[in-house]
Amino acid sequence: MSGSEVVIVGGGVTGLSAGWWLARSGVKVTVLDKFIVGWEASGRNGGGASHYSSPLFDEEQRLWLQMDDLLGYPTEHQKERILIAMTERQWEQYRFVAARHQRLNHPVEVLDVKQVQEMVPLAGDNCFGGVHYKFGGHANPQRSVQAYAWALQDLGGTIHQHSPVTGFETAGGKVTAVKTATATYGCDAVVVAAGPQIPQLMAQLGVDIPLAAARAEMIITEPAPMMPLGGVDGHKLYGRQTMRGNLAYGGGPHEWIDVDEVGPAARPSTSLARNLARRLAELLPKAAHLNVIRSWAGVVENSPDGRPIIDRLTSPDNVVVASMSGVGFGLSPASGHAIRDLVIDDKCSFADINILKLSRFAGLEADWRERRGWTALA
Amino acid sequence: MELNFTGTDICAVGGTRSPAEAHYDVVVVGAGPSGIAAALEAKQTGASVLLVDENPVSGALMGNDVPLYFGGRMTAATQNSERMLEAVFMSMPALEQAMEAGIELLLGTTAWGVYRNGPGMQSLPEQVVGLADAERSWLVGFGRIVLATGARDLALAFPGWNQPGVMGAAALQMLLTRYAAFDGHRVLILGSHDLALETALIAIEHGLEVAGLVEVRATPQGSAGLVAKLAAAGVSVHCNTAVASAQGGINGIEAATLSSGKTIACDTICTAVGLIPSIELVDAMHGPRELDAMRGGYVPVGEVTVSAVGLCAGLADSGFDHVEYRMDWVRAVAASSAPDTIICQCEEVTRADLLGVQPPNYLARPPAMCARSLETLLNDGPANQDQIKRLTRAGMGVCQGRRCRDQVAMLLALESGQPFAAIPLASHRAPVRPLPLKILADWNEPAQMEAAWDVWFGIPTQWVPVEDIGTPFEDEHRGMLYTGMYK
Ligand SMILES: Cc1cc2nc3c(=O)[nH]c(=O)nc-3n(C[C@H](O)[C@H](O)[C@H](O)COP(=O)(O)OP(=O)(O)OC[C@H]3O[C@@H](n4cnc5c(N)ncnc54)[C@H](O)[C@@H]3O)c2cc1C
Repeated sequence: MSGSEVVIVGGGVTGLSAGWWLARSGVKVTVLDKFIVGWEASGRNGGGASHYSSPLFDEEQRLWLQMDDLLGYPTEHQKERILIAMTERQWEQYRFVAARHQRLNHPVEVLDVKQVQEMVPLAGDNCFGGVHYKFGGHANPQRSVQAYAWALQDLGGTIHQHSPVTGFETAGGKVTAVKTATATYGCDAVVVAAGPQIPQLMAQLGVDIPLAAARAEMIITEPAPMMPLGGVDGHKLYGRQTMRGNLAYGGGPHEWIDVDEVGPAARPSTSLARNLARRLAELLPKAAHLNVIRSWAGVVENSPDGRPIIDRLTSPDNVVVASMSGVGFGLSPASGHAIRDLVIDDKCSFADINILKLSRFAGLEADWRERRGWTALA
Repeated sequence: MELNFTGTDICAVGGTRSPAEAHYDVVVVGAGPSGIAAALEAKQTGASVLLVDENPVSGALMGNDVPLYFGGRMTAATQNSERMLEAVFMSMPALEQAMEAGIELLLGTTAWGVYRNGPGMQSLPEQVVGLADAERSWLVGFGRIVLATGARDLALAFPGWNQPGVMGAAALQMLLTRYAAFDGHRVLILGSHDLALETALIAIEHGLEVAGLVEVRATPQGSAGLVAKLAAAGVSVHCNTAVASAQGGINGIEAATLSSGKTIACDTICTAVGLIPSIELVDAMHGPRELDAMRGGYVPVGEVTVSAVGLCAGLADSGFDHVEYRMDWVRAVAASSAPDTIICQCEEVTRADLLGVQPPNYLARPPAMCARSLETLLNDGPANQDQIKRLTRAGMGVCQGRRCRDQVAMLLALESGQPFAAIPLASHRAPVRPLPLKILADWNEPAQMEAAWDVWFGIPTQWVPVEDIGTPFEDEHRGMLYTGMYK
């Protein structure tokens, strides 16, 4: 497909990684984003990159170690994670997950309280123990997004920000062009990676994509002394110590929302910041005196089973849709690779991703959101 | 495995929120003259009224230039919280009157966030303001909130500004008039509009030596009467010059060098170039605000349940374009200082790195990175301060951008050849004051919160490893990690 043109709708990590992978294969890529790259979930997330439940896991792990070099720009990727259990129940759960990793030959080590304190200087003796994942890691969301964007441009790709896509032109069972209010972009293939706005866009092509959007929140502190390993979480929090030292953490109840055609109307954070602060003060008691300096929220879409949808449609047959179901940041190096493969070869070259196909929802009930209680509050 | 859903997402937020501890018809934030007046007015209509003010703030916070730009020039007296509290009462006799009128008054209490339902959020039982004192944080419900949060200092970055003794006019006035806790003797004042002139006169009144005023424009900018008064006091205004650098020693500032070449001995450089309406709460609650250059910057646009009074609503409009004046200053200071001048003190970002859109010092800068700059970023769209903040870290520090956010916006405007209004206001976020984890923490949260708490969405199928699907491990995994979602 060298020399052909692919238009990508959505400049989050998924669309940008896909664009970068395609550009590396000599494809002419245009990315259209309604605002600024990474402005939705991709620039506001926990930065976690340890998705062992995904078929893309091995590729995620392989690639993150090289991303700074491959992209030519820093992502702040850091290796490994430690989960700390703060209740007996968490200790039971985390050890269960550790045993599961051992069964699958993922390198993990179970830590006692003393070992936790040695490896995590901000932890206290109030914990039950921990699990050290000698895999996985975390990176800086907005910096990684921008790294993909710049790397894509360096390969000749184009990014148009402030360009909301309004529709498509189709002919002969294919999408022939992507439209914004002011321009029409002819294309040989389209990638739709528009996050929570995917259902509205795909409905225009007559394709139903079952997704529900929700708002999730995080807090961040002033810098703490650097810990030997930044990927420390547990206590039902996710998060990380940034390379600057800040502690950025999220978790807890989400709020289902409705998203209209122009996207999420707002991304307000709430007093959940207090519940996050409490758990972080418990998880890392030696950081309890540190100031919280910001909180924020982002919007993610979830499929009915919480797994991504990465699929090439049968009709129109030149469209790849990619929705990452709230686990898309870490997977981005691999999701972009998979999307590239689907666009060019109609088949993922490095993993069996049938479980991510749209067809798994063929028999889904019309009221699937209501059945799960995934509806917006009135 | 057959999945039977219950119709309820036990991990969603509905019903988990801590209730507000109290409810008032009217909450007034800021107990300055206009806040007290608004509280009294509300009380007269029979409303229940809570009046809060963060002052006196702790010595530690003052050291971080919260809420004003104190520049480390406080005496040890500011560490004595009882004395500070007394000083607030002494300086504001109307506070007694407010209490006598039946207004609930909380000093040393910060309003750090306002939350209400709106686009993207419908889960709050009522609209609340988050409060915190030195011990704890809590939520208070309200019918109407009046923001009387005043105005804060604009800071200017010149070589040496990151030393004790470079401070703002509002901070200097507060230390002199309210706390009698200013630790300096000889002050050089930047600016010559009314703020600068008034600050100079107050300084003289309090027995300080004013080493002079510095003005980038050709003539003194303030009212003729004040200029004459200062001249009578023997203070000169150095026009057509900016400050080029500050020299100092172990106790901070010792002298300033002007771009004209002149060096002036002083222990304090007081930036009196502008006051900025303190709209942090309005912006963090996504309240409407608009730029009004004549009134000092972005000001709240009133709403039914949210209003602003006093300087928070905007400086008095005297026909003076504050934004244009500040831009003249930022342009002149940038022109007379080296590109490696620190612009964000907390994160040690230089002007060159800001305008080069370079990552912080702890990251390597490969060749591709070095080739990037604001100029290349502008090819993708207009400058956006929040985006550049995330990339360079300018404004991301513990002072929450109070020292640099305004200057950064102006530099971005200048560098991109755009008017100031073209740079979208960088977002403010709760908590709008730095709050320790253990203070912000909700130690009394309802049991429903813990019951609903999951690390992510609590979707039972989301984390089952692919290898385990269809094996006995699948159910085991779900059973261990998720309990309440299926029938
Ligand atoms: C608080 C929070 C924490 C998270 N933590 C993690 C984590 O630790 N690890 C992890 O892996 N994942 C995490 N996630 C999830 C992760 O952020 C997302 O899965 C991921 O960013 C999805 O990327 P995306 O590019 O698919 O979608 P998005 O980031 O939503 O990007 C979609 C883009 O499409 C654009 N767009 C939409 N409609 C249009 C249109 N019509 N025209 C043009 N452009 C359009 C949008 O502007 C947007 O930029 C978290 C999410 C949140 C909110």
